[in-house]
Amino acid sequence: MNHLTRRISEYLVGLLFGAGLILGGMTNPSKVIGFLDFLGMWDPSLAFVMGGAVVISFLAFRGAKQREFSLFGRVIMLDDSKSIDLRLLLGSALFGIGWGISGFCPGPAIASLGTGEWKVFLFVIAMMIGSWVAGRIQFRTH
Amino acid sequence: MTIDWAHFTPLWSTIGGLLIGLAASIFILFHGRIMGVSGILGGLIRPLKGDIGWRVIFFLGLISAPIGARFLGLMPEIEIDGSPLQLIVAGLLVGFGTNLGSGCTSGHGVCGIARLSPRSITATLTFMATGVLTVWVMYHSGIGG
Repeated sequence: MNHLTRRISEYLVGLLFGAGLILGGMTNPSKVIGFLDFLGMWDPSLAFVMGGAVVISFLAFRGAKQREFSLFGRVIMLDDSKSIDLRLLLGSALFGIGWGISGFCPGPAIASLGTGEWKVFLFVIAMMIGSWVAGRIQFRTH
Repeated sequence: MTIDWAHFTPLWSTIGGLLIGLAASIFILFHGRIMGVSGILGGLIRPLKGDIGWRVIFFLGLISAPIGARFLGLMPEIEIDGSPLQLIVAGLLVGFGTNLGSGCTSGHGVCGIARLSPRSITATLTFMATGVLTVWVMYHSGIGG
C-alpha cells in the first residue's frame, strides 16, 4: 500500500479516536473525575466508553494475533512482555494519581490541544517533561 | 457510593467507546500498531529516524477532532477544574508514570485488556485504584482543597 494512503489512514484513525473521546465524554476532565469519584457521586459513563472500545478491539486483536503482517503489509507489533514488575505497578500507580488530580490521561489531553485551552497546553508540556525524565532514569526492578 | 444519574450518559459513552474501538482495530489490522497514546508520544520525545511521521500524523488527526467538532457546532462544553499548579503536577505524574508503566488508558486500558494481557489488566486496575483514591482524598477526605 502506498505511502500517501497509509498517511491518510493514520490521520483518519487519529480523527476517529478523537471523535470517540469527545462523544464518550473523555475530553471533559470534570466528567472523568465524576467517573473516578466511585466513593462519592459516581458517574459510570466512562465504563461504557471502555466497554464499547474493548468489545470491538477484542475481535480485532484476535485476528491480529494470527497474522504476521497487517493489511497494509506492515509487521504487526504486539507487545509480548509478560512481566508484572515494580516498574509497571509504580508507573501505573503514579499515572492514576495524576489522572485523578487533573481528569486528563494522555489521549484526551493531546486531543484537547485542539480546543485551544491554555490549561491543556500546560498539562501536555508537563506530561512530556515527565515522560522524558522517566526515560532518562535507569530503574532497578529489584 | 451514589450513582450520579444527572451526568450519566450511557448511550453517547457507548457510541464513543465503539468509535475508539474501531480506531484501535484499524490501527492494529491495517497499520500493525497498538493505539497507545503514551507510547506514541514517547517515540516523539526520543525520536528514532524513520519512526516519526506516523506519530505526528496520528496526533494531527487526534487534535483535529475538537477543531472539527467546534466547526460543526458539536463540541460539548469542557470543564477543567484544576489550578495551573495542579495541572503541572498532574502532567508530570501522568508523563512519568505512563512512561515507567509502559502505557496509559488507551494502550493498557483498551488495547491491552482487549488482548486479555495480564500485564495490562494489572496496570489498569492499578491506575483506576489510585485514581479513585486520589479523587476521594481531594474531594471527600477533608484533606484536599
